[in-house]
Amino acid sequence: MALDTFAPITALLVISVLVTFIILVISRIFGPHRPTTRKRAPYESGMKPIGPAVRRLPIKFYLIAVLFILFDIEVIFFLPWAVVFRDLGIYGLITMGVFLFILTVGLLYEWKSGALEWE
Amino acid sequence: MITINAQSIAFILFSLFILGGGLGVVTTRNLIHGALYLILSLFGVAGFFVLLSAPFLAAVQVLVYIGAIAILIIFAVMLTRSMTSLTEAFNRQWWLAGLVGGLLFIFLAAGIILPVWGASSAYAGQPVSDVVATTTDLGIALVDGNQYVLPFEVASLLLTAAMIGAIVIARDDE
Amino acid sequence: MEQQCRDLINTLAACMVAGGTDPNLANLLSALLGVVLVATLPLVTVILLIWVERKFAARIQDRLGPNRVGPFGLLQSVADALKMLTKEDITPAGADRFIFNLAPIIAFAVVVLIWAVIPFTPLHVGSDLSVGILYFVGVGSIGAVKVMVAGWSSNNKYALLGAFRTIAQLVSYEVPMILALLIPVMMAGSMSMQDITRAQGGMWYIFASPLAFLIFFISNLAETGRAPFDLIEAESELVAGYNIEYSGFKFGMFMAGEFMHVFTVAVLTAVLFLGGWWGPGVEQIPALGFVYLGLKTMAVYFAMLLIRNTVPRFRIDQVMNFNWKFMVPLSIVVVLVQAFLMRITTSLGLAPNEAGDFVSNLPQTIVLLLGNLAIIAVVLNMIRNRGRQQRLADEAAAAHSDLAHPAGAPAGD
Repeated sequence: MALDTFAPITALLVISVLVTFIILVISRIFGPHRPTTRKRAPYESGMKPIGPAVRRLPIKFYLIAVLFILFDIEVIFFLPWAVVFRDLGIYGLITMGVFLFILTVGLLYEWKSGALEWE
Repeated sequence: MITINAQSIAFILFSLFILGGGLGVVTTRNLIHGALYLILSLFGVAGFFVLLSAPFLAAVQVLVYIGAIAILIIFAVMLTRSMTSLTEAFNRQWWLAGLVGGLLFIFLAAGIILPVWGASSAYAGQPVSDVVATTTDLGIALVDGNQYVLPFEVASLLLTAAMIGAIVIARDDE
Repeated sequence: MEQQCRDLINTLAACMVAGGTDPNLANLLSALLGVVLVATLPLVTVILLIWVERKFAARIQDRLGPNRVGPFGLLQSVADALKMLTKEDITPAGADRFIFNLAPIIAFAVVVLIWAVIPFTPLHVGSDLSVGILYFVGVGSIGAVKVMVAGWSSNNKYALLGAFRTIAQLVSYEVPMILALLIPVMMAGSMSMQDITRAQGGMWYIFASPLAFLIFFISNLAETGRAPFDLIEAESELVAGYNIEYSGFKFGMFMAGEFMHVFTVAVLTAVLFLGGWWGPGVEQIPALGFVYLGLKTMAVYFAMLLIRNTVPRFRIDQVMNFNWKFMVPLSIVVVLVQAFLMRITTSLGLAPNEAGDFVSNLPQTIVLLLGNLAIIAVVLNMIRNRGRQQRLADEAAAAHSDLAHPAGAPAGD
């Protein structure tokens, strides 16, 4: 059963990867290939590159990623609930309300503590 | 007694993904490459969920582990100073990690081979789709007072605690 | 179910079997044909879409747009593709070669993969997954990986910075997007795209929850990196964002992927909120569904083009604040209110019956619509009050500084 529904997806994956790969190979064949040092230098608006390209990440991006994971997991808890929502009755609504309330408190704390400010 | 069909081919392929990815993670010295190997491995796990007729978990695996946690790991790698130039493949704690890994393997292998969780043969012969729970079952179980409603609510507390913890750690004291 | 979903293809297989082909081979061939069709559809449309988009932008900017190659310049994109094939493909020094080449392939494949779950007609869908919604979100989230990989492997400051920004934006807007997706799931009681479309027979979900539609639409604008959220490729600050070092057809892959992504989310919006393939006579002639879906998609697509060409770009802090301080709280409120109202209508016996026709849907839709309008009114009022306070504060500050620096006197520097 599982393989039946996923076979078209697998086929689609294989086809799209193959098509892109073939196109890239063709462009490799037809395009010129004369690398020079200048050409291969990292682009920095025509200036000589300064310092290493790979820098340390500002912490605010990390914080955004953590926030995203938490909300992502929260929403995934929501999805099965949403599927059966119609049959759950008022009890299901309250349960989810409590779940959401606790998380909203977290979001509010975050807001008030200024973690959402982006400068 | 392994019959060659699409299912077993997929199983072998996904196993290769998982094991190859795992091997890549521990052998590469470039941490970003390691994270990418990890993605390959996690993708294989998603494939296993598909084979086990659990498409919901497969999609969650891709969404949470590849789309979110792998990104977080890459971000974490980029927070460190020497992200791509580890000079040594081993550090001083390698034996500890090896010990824990080995013990875990033994426990898991024993758990699978020995009937620790009981009645693994009870479902033998039944098609997988009859045994596993559907998304609907999951939704009902999550809010059912007799099943998982308490862990479910506690999970939201855990998420909130993690959120506050992340803020406290990330906030820089100027 | 599965058999029925690929009816046309199965008919082809039946014909082949009748013609004397081995049944297994016939099934395999016809299934393969279906997949190839699903895969080529976005490829062909993207060539046309680039032309549509350029022509549209040109008209708005009082230009003619492409008009040299072929009738009305229709073949311009083909010419561009051919040109790109002959361009030199430069790999920057210090780039991580394998990963650098992998990124455009992922970029392209990820978008094509979404098409597997789009129901084109009542009978035609690549794969009617029971978790179609989650599949779409999951595949979409791989987009962040492609950005990270491209930005990191390029060995370029701008590329890496652009990648950080892009990912921050992509992952942030995923949250309101999934929350908005909960509403079609709640109403249809299923995550399968085909079921959600079928449940809209009586009433499109845009009428029952215009707010969910708006949240989904706006967060998808951000997901696709379209204006006003196109700061991820802000020329003036980041040159071109994460794909700066890509040239030739590799860059083309990113670009085609982006164009396709826009079209794909337009299709999804049509499927989830505008009734997908539903239209007059679609039950008799399923193939008509394809036309209806196309028309609805184009409506959404043109709305996106209009926004792209008329709205100025946000700053990164505005983008992030808008998401975490407006979209996420709003979508949480929408989900809760919607769930509450649906509970009430169900208890009162106003929920649509099994037939799911227009009349049976009407009471619930009216209640939900009123709920949405109430939220909109409250939100607009809050924004107005906030704006007024801001203005008063600004005026007070201005008055104060006027006192400090009387007119005519040079302001201190």
